[in-house]
Amino acid sequence: MKLDLHTLGPLVALVALIILGALLNPAFLAPANITNVLARSAFIGMIAVGMTFVITAGGLDLSVGSMAAFLAGIAIIAMNFALPSVGENWGTILLGMIVCILGGIAAGYLNGALITKARIEPFIVTLGTMGIFRSLITWMADGGTLSLDYGLRTLARPVYYGGIGWITWPIIAFALTAIAGEWIMRHSRFGRHVEAIGSNDRVARYSAIDVNRVKLMTYVLLGLLVGLATVLYVPRLGSASGSTGTLWELEAIAAVIIGGTALKGGTGRVWGTVVGVLILSLIDNILNLADLVSPYLNGAIQGVIIVLAVVLQREKRTADER
Amino acid sequence: MNRRTLMKATALAAVLGMGAGAAFAQDTEKKVIGVSIPSATHGFMGGLNWHAQDSIERLSAAYPNLEFVLSTAGDSAKQVADIEDMMATRNIDGLVVLPFESEPLTAPVAAVKEAGKFVTVVDRGLSQEGIEDLYVAGDNTAFGRVAGEYFRDNLEAGSKVVVLRGIPTTLDNERVEAFQAALEGSEIEILDMQHGNWNRDDAFTVMQDFLSKYPEIDAVWAADDDMAVGVMEAIAAANRSEEMWVIGGAGMKEIVKRIMDGDPQLPVNVTYPPALISSAIEMTALRFVSNAPMTGRFIIGSQLITPENAEQFYYPDSPF
Repeated sequence: MKLDLHTLGPLVALVALIILGALLNPAFLAPANITNVLARSAFIGMIAVGMTFVITAGGLDLSVGSMAAFLAGIAIIAMNFALPSVGENWGTILLGMIVCILGGIAAGYLNGALITKARIEPFIVTLGTMGIFRSLITWMADGGTLSLDYGLRTLARPVYYGGIGWITWPIIAFALTAIAGEWIMRHSRFGRHVEAIGSNDRVARYSAIDVNRVKLMTYVLLGLLVGLATVLYVPRLGSASGSTGTLWELEAIAAVIIGGTALKGGTGRVWGTVVGVLILSLIDNILNLADLVSPYLNGAIQGVIIVLAVVLQREKRTADER
Repeated sequence: MNRRTLMKATALAAVLGMGAGAAFAQDTEKKVIGVSIPSATHGFMGGLNWHAQDSIERLSAAYPNLEFVLSTAGDSAKQVADIEDMMATRNIDGLVVLPFESEPLTAPVAAVKEAGKFVTVVDRGLSQEGIEDLYVAGDNTAFGRVAGEYFRDNLEAGSKVVVLRGIPTTLDNERVEAFQAALEGSEIEILDMQHGNWNRDDAFTVMQDFLSKYPEIDAVWAADDDMAVGVMEAIAAANRSEEMWVIGGAGMKEIVKRIMDGDPQLPVNVTYPPALISSAIEMTALRFVSNAPMTGRFIIGSQLITPENAEQFYYPDSPF
């Protein structure tokens, strides 16, 4: 019972934020605002679910923000290129989506292979690929902005803005990713292996787990989810530039840690990550809706809440160990 | 053809310079000009990088005795290192620099000046006066004032506006203060100001929240065309496009095109041309190839782009 209360910590924080938001501004609970917040959480959310697996297995990926920008860039180039031959139809958009997803898988494989096969520290590998992807998108866009053809853009818009009633596609995709992620982590062989490797790499090896393969797969899974997030991102503004997706990696990592996954690996909590993502987006939303502090201080408020959330968990955990 | 006439002009200048004796020797000597600018991290800087490369290409072709070294930096420390490298290894005669930040670049640029080089500072001033030979910049106060005056003249009393600010910097403060000053005493209410960081995604998010918060908004000062794109998308998603117009800034080509086409949601725009780097590079080059005096301050005014004059501001080849 005591343990339950501790793991529910992030959830309590989320509920507290929702109540605070509702008290500060009645517009906060309007369906339009809820849709906005959930839909804009979807990009970071899907990436953070993938990041949960990578971190749980004892890894780290700093390249996801740049990777998303790069994938958005190649998808836009591919769609603009295919436009004259395929025409202005869903075929072209589908092609762009496939490019995003395959590109994501390939980029994740590249990170994973360098880490497991070349045996380089994840921090170094992904710091390197972060710079590479960021430079590539800036170079592809010639320092400016890559824009999707206007007709295609109009056609693809419903991918972000459409949906079933006020539940838009990004929200549905985020929910499905979260449910699948939670199930894989708790109930699949892969998920169990991920936690085993994160807890004790050597024991996992002795238990005949193919450690390198599982680690590699966590990066591929993350790449795939970055690709999926980009599929939803491109129709929103129909553009990609050198500033797309900056700091997404840190937001995703912060969400994972707020949610109760240990940065050193071993314990993964996908639902916690989802709560972490929602906490981060709600802080932003509430600060914009209520004139609580000077906008100069928004970053400070976020920082305090992130650190506080983690401190509370740590204290509870050490209390448990006693 | 153009290139040949320009070369002839240089030759002529050289012949004329003979009378002045020493000037002749200077003209035929190889001169190296270093250009140090921030890297292309957002739309405006992307445009600035493009114009810098474009001018360098054109000037190298026109004046064979001029050589250019271009470097782009992602932060102040890298820019300081770039300038030191230019001094140590390329032996530059002139430096065109757009400081990433004023404070950290002041001492290194002062050192270049002390070594007897010609220094041109672009857009962001150094924190100490009198170092540079030539200062070329846009007019941030006018940028805010011109936009503010348009709001004052085109909105009825009691209208409500929201403002998106850039990355917190002195440049952004100057613009916003001038905008507020222009609206003073006009009965137009500024509901809210938040930082969109000159970024499309951030501006989209901030505008969505403004739309949730305020049932009535009559106009938006997005203060930058990248932010204007994000703002308009948020307004369209909320189905409130009929209700308000948006003024961006800096003259991005897609936005200028829409003004040319008479888009009712984008009535006008205010210039802050990224091509100001070209003015700086060209003037520095002239310092070495002509006798024209090139010292002092050159401030490029911010103009109002309207559907009537938009064509003059439309550069289809630039990435911005």
